[in-house]
Amino acid sequence: MGGWDRFVDTFFNAKVMEKYLPDILSGVVVTIELALLIVVSGLAAGLALALLRSLGVRPLNWLIVFVVDLFRSLPPLVIIVLMYFGLPYAGPSPSGFVSTWLSLALVLMAFSEEIFWAGITSIPRGQWEASRSTGLSYSQTLFNVILPQAFRLTIPPLTNRTIAITKGTALGTVVAVTEILGQASSAVSNSYNPSPLMMGAAAYIVLFLPVVVAARWIEAKFAWKR
Amino acid sequence: MSQKHIVEARGIHKHFGPLHVLKGVDLEVKERELVFIIGPSGSGKSTLLRCLNRLEEPTSGSVMVDGIDMLSPKTDINHARQRIGMVFQSFNLYPHMTALGNVTLALRKVAGKSRAEAEAIARQALERVGLADRADHTPGQLSGGQQQRVAIARSIALEPRVMLFDEPTSALDPELVGSVLEVMRSLRESGMTMIVVSHEMGFARNAADRVVFMDNGLIVEQGPPAAIFETPAHERTRAFIGQIQRH
Repeated sequence: MGGWDRFVDTFFNAKVMEKYLPDILSGVVVTIELALLIVVSGLAAGLALALLRSLGVRPLNWLIVFVVDLFRSLPPLVIIVLMYFGLPYAGPSPSGFVSTWLSLALVLMAFSEEIFWAGITSIPRGQWEASRSTGLSYSQTLFNVILPQAFRLTIPPLTNRTIAITKGTALGTVVAVTEILGQASSAVSNSYNPSPLMMGAAAYIVLFLPVVVAARWIEAKFAWKR
Repeated sequence: MSQKHIVEARGIHKHFGPLHVLKGVDLEVKERELVFIIGPSGSGKSTLLRCLNRLEEPTSGSVMVDGIDMLSPKTDINHARQRIGMVFQSFNLYPHMTALGNVTLALRKVAGKSRAEAEAIARQALERVGLADRADHTPGQLSGGQQQRVAIARSIALEPRVMLFDEPTSALDPELVGSVLEVMRSLRESGMTMIVVSHEMGFARNAADRVVFMDNGLIVEQGPPAAIFETPAHERTRAFIGQIQRH
């Protein structure tokens, strides 16, 4: 057997791949579920915090900034572990799935709040003034004039963050979530062969490429002629 | 006493931190009057204008516009602002909307018109500023002069009782100024009450009923354009007019 054949036999072993394909696929389903939950709840919570912050209530803003800075500085793995192994001492004992979901959603909330906030504050004062001078209220101005412009600026950094954080679903392995990486690594130990890991890698690419493409499409849709 | 005066500002003071920008200004404007406010930069002209529709909150004083107490907490400020059009130096059109969208937004959201009604009114307003054929253009596709005329259309579509102009031509290339002044002149002829902060002295001379000279947060003197420009009573007015006319 030559070097190349041995490489293929080790990393792309057809027999192993066939055997563990169903496991990897079920991992893909779990990862998709987790990712969707994280993206929807994390971005919604981040936007909600940014809108609350725009009201300019001092004590509330201190609290928001504190929470946001906390979840931006803690490593996601630490949050997952604390939630899964620590929270039960305080009462609720979330499953590994729920712990991973909530932890990563909190991290995405923190980062996306900062991004939305930067978008809102980057819109010139004159836009607020023009809108308010025609009688639109604060919230009408925010939703009709400010946010549509702010969103356009936030899409590229938001996409980056969203992808980075949803890839963190792999951290769920440590709390026994059977997502792609968890399935792949247990298949690796059972088969003494790293081929399932390659399948896992392929699954991540298949999963996240459409997200990048969708982001580019949204970006183009929100653009306006200058 | 107030039925003749559509705008009555009394004893307006405005502080920005340690800066005392307005030091007790009284300004009364009659219906259909065109008042020009001139003065060196930093004299408080723009701040005064912005106090009239409460874009700036005066530190003290009172502002009545069309019988509405603008500073009372009981006043529905969003409703009151519909009656006061404002045109800005930097146009401030909404870049993500067409000219038509810019004009219809407040008609739909504030005046409660249906989309069809709002669009009909907006097209009329755009027609009045000579831009009926630009309704579907976004601000980025319009020249500065056209943008400012759309901004004027956005205000007049709400049928305001007073229009405030904050240096409406200062950001325009010289060759585009004329078209905006033309629109302002036609507004004047239609009987609109206008308060204009501007350095367009030629326009002031031709069109203004009264010129108000401000310096250092106070009104120094006011009167018909001819009096202010030819025979100013105060040394500071003379110096300012002299400087303006030198270029």
